[in-house]
Amino acid sequence: MSFRARHLLAIEHLKPDEITTLLDLADRYATDNRNGIAHKDVLAGMTQINMFFENSTRTQASFELAGQRLGADVMNMAMQTSSVKKGETLIDTALTLNAMHPDLLVVRHPSSGAVDLLAQKVNCAVLNAGDGAHEHPTQALLDALTIRRAKGRLHRLSVAICGDIAHSRVARSNIMLLGKMENRVRLIGPPTLMPSQIDQFGVEVFGDMKEGLKDVDVVMMLRLQKERMDGGFIPSEREYFHRFGLDAEKLSHAKPDAIVMHPGPMNRGVEIDGTIADDINRSVIQTQVEMGVAVRMAAMDLLARNLRLSRQTAKETYA
Amino acid sequence: MSKTLFINARLIDPEAQTDAMGALLVEDGRIAAVYGETHPDITGPAIVDCQGQCLAPGIVDIGVKVSEPGERHKESFRSAGRAAIAGGVTTIVTRPDTRPAIDTPETLEYLRRRATDDAGINVLHMAALTKGREGREMTEIGFLQDAGAVAFSDADRVVSDTKVISRALTYAASLNALVIGHVQEPILSKGAAVTSGKFASLRGLPGVSPMAERMGIDRDIALLEMTGAAYHIDQITTARALPPLERAKANGLNITAGVGIHHLTLNELDVADYRTFFKLKPPLRSETDRLAVVEAVASGLIDVICSMHTPQDEESKRLPYQEAASGAVGLQTLLPAALRLYHEDQLTLPQLFRAMALNQML
Repeated sequence: MSFRARHLLAIEHLKPDEITTLLDLADRYATDNRNGIAHKDVLAGMTQINMFFENSTRTQASFELAGQRLGADVMNMAMQTSSVKKGETLIDTALTLNAMHPDLLVVRHPSSGAVDLLAQKVNCAVLNAGDGAHEHPTQALLDALTIRRAKGRLHRLSVAICGDIAHSRVARSNIMLLGKMENRVRLIGPPTLMPSQIDQFGVEVFGDMKEGLKDVDVVMMLRLQKERMDGGFIPSEREYFHRFGLDAEKLSHAKPDAIVMHPGPMNRGVEIDGTIADDINRSVIQTQVEMGVAVRMAAMDLLARNLRLSRQTAKETYA
Repeated sequence: MSKTLFINARLIDPEAQTDAMGALLVEDGRIAAVYGETHPDITGPAIVDCQGQCLAPGIVDIGVKVSEPGERHKESFRSAGRAAIAGGVTTIVTRPDTRPAIDTPETLEYLRRRATDDAGINVLHMAALTKGREGREMTEIGFLQDAGAVAFSDADRVVSDTKVISRALTYAASLNALVIGHVQEPILSKGAAVTSGKFASLRGLPGVSPMAERMGIDRDIALLEMTGAAYHIDQITTARALPPLERAKANGLNITAGVGIHHLTLNELDVADYRTFFKLKPPLRSETDRLAVVEAVASGLIDVICSMHTPQDEESKRLPYQEAASGAVGLQTLLPAALRLYHEDQLTLPQLFRAMALNQML
């Protein structure tokens, strides 16, 4: 098996064959999920703790469901209302949790790098469920699986990522993953929402949707945060939708069979027209949600195998 | 009269810019004569054979943060003094960005006693330029001078109100007081954790453009033209800020500039996977900027190298990168780190010691 990682912190650290291994397993889980085939034995006896320092409904639910389908004991820590508010540092929280001997720790945090920091202090496997504007690896993996299932392959595709790239961890993880798997990545958005020197990441940058979407296979829309809509980064919501919102006219410049993706939650009428989001011939947004559970099952399965292996080795070494 | 003769020494003379073998005579703690490889017979001195090793002036480090008053657990005069001695630093000039700020003659007098009692090295002090380093009202510059302040600075805070800073500079100029400033456009750089560019984008950290430093220096040069004050820039860290500095010097303004050792020897990539002990203010820059700044030290455009010694405790550093405190220690490692520039043939020893021991004689 070619997946040796101890944690899943960033796509940046993964090799193409590790990504393929993970997606292959996720693909099987996706099929089994559809057919109602249970795998309650995979994580039986293991404890999964979800720590979300930032609000999330769908990602947390997806991780929770993935853990339960594999038979893990799943606990959700409501970090918004916990001791963190009382001034406890991230490291102390990590040490406290570590003392409870969890096997899998799923963490989302508003600061870039915070999940890396936490992973250094615990003995279990850590899954990054999004850290600041850094990475969101399981989102990129579920996007990859969705693309692979829709297009039959995950290489030599032209993928456009549109919108607020600067603040998006989803964009960063996807740029990494799609690049590693040898696809052409295009970024489309206003220059105020582009990270500096992003052109050095092996991507093409466009300021115009029609030009950027020309002949692409995949259109990936990003969510625009409400607090960035008024005046700060873009002039207004309506000007943004006019120039960068995905509607039928703009989509017509992509390939006729191009698929439309969105990590959710959507702002209909801001970054995406409602009719496109609901068009079952183009939109794979619901499939993304479905693949999310499968990808998270695969990731936790693989990390748990490595965790058992390292514990076994430790036992033999000290026996 | 006690005499000591150091023979077979590799004498580093920052003033003459020479690096040659010779001997040096010290009488009552003062250099009395410098000789070449041959020296006249002198009666009765103690002889120290340096066996070809370097003999250089003690380092004068300006802008050292001793965390007294307020945060002695981070650094006290005693611990700073010991670090300085270990690093070949014989004189430090302390920064006023303590808690509370050193902004009254009373606080300064207290600190001078603390330094005399505990430090074991020469300690000089800066005082704040504005009360509480809040950028609203100037401090008692005259009284603080009488109490021994050698320079006035709000450390890493920029006085953004141009009326306040222009009056403070005008007043300081009338007393021949040196003002030390931090050149940075404070609004553009607000919230920044790293320098903007590929690395910042990769790590998803908020970056500041090097242009903010250029804007800061442009503003301050205009203020100097207006007020005629004596001004030292604590740190120049970008290539963009060098041409304005060069023009200001050519135009005869009373301006000098420094750089911290970290910005001479490290770049943005050293932050790697969010290593918060490399979080500095201003942030570590690109390699291009680092090389430009090293070259500016060699040419003498940048006058001073200092440690920018800023001790932090674990609680301030073991945090996610954006939340962690800025600053790193450097008092003990200033010389070894600077010698790396010598061994890489980027600076000569006389150039290094010109910037570490000569130019800061305020």
